[in-house]
Amino acid sequence: MSKARVATAWLEACSGCHMSFLDMDEGLLELAELIELVYSPLVDAKEFPEQVDVTLLSGGVGNEEQLELVRHIRPRTKLLVSLGDCAVTGNVPAMRNHIPVEQLLERTFVQEADLNPGAPEAVVSPLRPKVQPLHNFVEVDEYIVGCPPDAELIKFIVSELLQGRIPGRGVRSRFG
Amino acid sequence: MIPEELKDVAAQWQEQAGQYAHQVYVCTAAGCLSSNSDQVLESLQKEVKDRDLHEQCLVKGVGCMGLCAGGPLVAVQPDGVLYAHVTPEQAPAIVDALGDEPAADLEAIEADAPFYERQEPIALENCGRVDPESIEECIGADGYAALARCLTALSPTEVVNVISKSGLRGRGGAGYPTGLKWSTVEKARAERKFVVCNADEGDPGAFMDRSILEGDPHRILEGMAIAAYAVGADQGYVYIRAEYPLAIERLRKAIRQAKRMDLLGGDIMGSNFSFDIQLRLGAGAFVCGEETALMASIEGKRGTPRPRPPYPANYGLWGYPTLINNVETFANIGPILREGADWFAGIGTEKSKGTKVFALAGSVLNTGLIEVPMGTTLREIIFDIGGGIPDGRAFKAVQTGGPSGGCIPEQYLDVAVDYESLRELGSIMGSGGMIVMDETACMVDVAKFFMEFCRTESCGHCLPCRAGTPQMLGLLDRITRGEAVMRDLEMLEELCDLVRNTALCGLGQTAPNPVLSTLRYFRDEYLAHIEDRTCPAGKCKMRSTTEVNR
Amino acid sequence: MSTPSSPIRGPVEAPRQIRTLKIDGFDVSGRAEQTILQVALEHEIDIPRLCHVEGLSAIGACRLCLVEIRATGRLVPACVTRIEEGMEVITDSKRIQKYRRSLLELLFAERNHICAVCVANGNCELQILAEELGMDHVRVPYLNPDVPVDASHKQLAVDHNRCILCTRCVRVCDEVEGAHTWDVEGRGVDARIITDMRQPWGDSGTCTNCGKCVELCPTGALFEKGTCVAELERREFLPYLTAMRRTEQ
Ligand SMILES: Cc1cc2nc3c(=O)[nH]c(=O)nc-3n(C[C@H](O)[C@H](O)[C@H](O)COP(=O)(O)O)c2cc1C
Ligand code: SF4
Ligand code: SF4
Ligand code: FES
Repeated sequence: MSKARVATAWLEACSGCHMSFLDMDEGLLELAELIELVYSPLVDAKEFPEQVDVTLLSGGVGNEEQLELVRHIRPRTKLLVSLGDCAVTGNVPAMRNHIPVEQLLERTFVQEADLNPGAPEAVVSPLRPKVQPLHNFVEVDEYIVGCPPDAELIKFIVSELLQGRIPGRGVRSRFG
Repeated sequence: MIPEELKDVAAQWQEQAGQYAHQVYVCTAAGCLSSNSDQVLESLQKEVKDRDLHEQCLVKGVGCMGLCAGGPLVAVQPDGVLYAHVTPEQAPAIVDALGDEPAADLEAIEADAPFYERQEPIALENCGRVDPESIEECIGADGYAALARCLTALSPTEVVNVISKSGLRGRGGAGYPTGLKWSTVEKARAERKFVVCNADEGDPGAFMDRSILEGDPHRILEGMAIAAYAVGADQGYVYIRAEYPLAIERLRKAIRQAKRMDLLGGDIMGSNFSFDIQLRLGAGAFVCGEETALMASIEGKRGTPRPRPPYPANYGLWGYPTLINNVETFANIGPILREGADWFAGIGTEKSKGTKVFALAGSVLNTGLIEVPMGTTLREIIFDIGGGIPDGRAFKAVQTGGPSGGCIPEQYLDVAVDYESLRELGSIMGSGGMIVMDETACMVDVAKFFMEFCRTESCGHCLPCRAGTPQMLGLLDRITRGEAVMRDLEMLEELCDLVRNTALCGLGQTAPNPVLSTLRYFRDEYLAHIEDRTCPAGKCKMRSTTEVNR
Repeated sequence: MSTPSSPIRGPVEAPRQIRTLKIDGFDVSGRAEQTILQVALEHEIDIPRLCHVEGLSAIGACRLCLVEIRATGRLVPACVTRIEEGMEVITDSKRIQKYRRSLLELLFAERNHICAVCVANGNCELQILAEELGMDHVRVPYLNPDVPVDASHKQLAVDHNRCILCTRCVRVCDEVEGAHTWDVEGRGVDARIITDMRQPWGDSGTCTNCGKCVELCPTGALFEKGTCVAELERREFLPYLTAMRRTEQ
């Protein structure tokens, strides 16, 4: 049996979900038998490849680059999983949502700046007005909630997906 | 005053009025007043005085004559002439023409014009005929005669039976049988009972109740007193919105006059029946028209609905059985007792008896107040009475029932209007707002307007309405901006279903109606906004570059 | 026998009389003045709810306790509906579940519920209901309102970001404590709970500092100061580490 092609990526999020993924401990070894990690912050690949089976995305969409990436990924993966509260709800990064972006940048990069006041213009991608969940932009097949989601839960859901089952509401999981 | 004296007052007034060879009525209701009809009244009075005609000619201010689009209106009796758009400068010409052909250079409307001929005033019978500030004149026009009859000749149960037999249904929106409601309150056992008149009238564009109160306040007091006698109440409240200062002033005056004549207060007309009425002013929340919210507001609490049952008829103001009826419902009580239940039941359709007052507005020539028998078709109302659509534009839909109602398209114009037929069409009778829309109206935009209204007017008590209306509004907004996808429409329909089935009170339960009815008849317009990103009516500004969320 | 109590006001035709009915197919009975929710709970049939608390008046606001009356197919809130003889009640069905999940979605979208950083994380009735009912993502847009936190009271605080307007605080303060410090102002989605005449809680002349409102708040909207993440007392860890290293050397 050929190994399933799995990818992970992180958008507007901390590294927590990926840490939780690594927290599977020896479960990682079992998983390694079944999957090939074709793209991830944890591996070297620079380009998101074609024909991925399962992609786990942590983090919501908060800037233009992230939006581009989700839209790039979606047609290249069979199943897309929103991993963690940030991907599913926006979570902590979305706490800025009621503040207009200009005001936010002004406060952070001008008023509070010790050196070189001024909002970044080049290199970093422009912020979108709001941080939004992934499913606002693309079709999502499975949601894993939690901040971060439990390692066991990630393992369970991924193995279910690999066996062609979509657990959906069948599993209990809690925000936060 | 005892019933015999009442007859004397009436006779005196009729005799006095009969002495005048001419009577000139000037509408001083809010609509005409806003185009300075008070100055028209003044200059007519002056003209008559100057010519020393005041013994033969009576000039007086009256309530709404209906054809508000033609205001200021002046009627001349017995000539049967109605002048529209009268200016103070035209007073001499009107006086010149008394008892003669209508003055040539004035805009005269034929008495047999369809606008008047198709109507059948019952609730409005005195509106535009009597001086609302004169109780003698109201008595002269049969006012309080029905109350006198109840007190002297009928038992409370008999009164309830007359109302039941008449088939009268509540005019406040839901059409609940009035007799049944009265009988529930009558049968409730309690130390105290209350009668409440719902004059909150919050539908945008509706002014039926206001016109009745401004044009004939005594009729409401009489209706309430009869109800109180029938159900055994001793205290009444009129809950009226503070935005109706003229109606409030006239009601206050009417209550004072009625009390002075023993038609309200202790031992009315020498009987041992006592009933007092007080006003309670609403601060303009639409939801305070809902009966349980209204009662909370009268009790001095925050005006939010509570679950029913228990219904007010069993558990109302301060826990006592309370009868709540709409202004127009009370306006029908006097005539029913005067003319009899069979007379009333002979008007209208099988299940909806009597007449209904509508406030005709929107894209129609004769905007104004009308009263037609139940069963009149929409076409007759809009095209015969209303005079059709102005500027040669095509009819598109008519909205009835305000924010709880729906839009009815052309193919149903020949449906006879009653409670059931309108409900079948996905709208409701409501309190009588009727807005005509022509081809330039975008139906998604119309739905959005009403949803915006519901979102703002939701009281916030129950979750589906409070948090659901802003979501539905957001989706409608997206559609009108050309940013929506099919999934948004599905979500909108799902939310409509949710809110309609789970909200606590009528406001929330019916808030989806404008969306559902426009979806039912004009789905292609929604699809045009979503799939082609165009607004067929050319009303909505579509975003040119579309960066659309899924 | 104690007086039978009902959270619903209003007359009961035959108080204390026994009524028999079916809930989810089980034959059960209760007294005429009892609600469907009361009888269901007595028979260990749980019905999701957020606004209702036994002992306070019932207001039927959250609508999560909706159950279906078999005969009519109508949905009624179990907390404010009295039982009737021969009634058949369905507390759980696909349709009811779907509505309940949608209602939760509306709640999560209405204010800013960031469970990860909430004082009530793990103890929140809203969070737990979402888990139990399988509400794992919100399909409507988050409204992200800009709402305040009032921390003017010396021991207690209110974070409107997490308030679901269940008005438990309002009712317990009025009906049990008798202080009526809390009330609701504003309409629709702009409604907010307020203390006194919208003074800061700390300036309230009526609050008795009893904490009943905090006790009953289903979410993290009302909390005792010193319990939220940002307020956690940290042990001086770095100096400790440095000291340890020194002793090792
Ligand atoms: C949101 C809402 C607003 C209402 N507004 C009014 C109103 O302005 N006037 C009115 O008479 N009835 C209004 N009603 C209906 C009343 O609740 C009540 O049914 C009516 O006053 C009963 O009188 P009726 O039987 O004479 O119609 C409203 C109902 C709802 C749900
Ligand atoms: S449906 Fe709307 S107006 Fe009625 S109780 Fe609920 S929130 Fe208030
Ligand atoms: S503060 Fe808590 S108890 Fe009070 S209304 Fe909000 S959620 Fe309910
Ligand atoms: S618990 Fe019944 S409506 Fe909230």
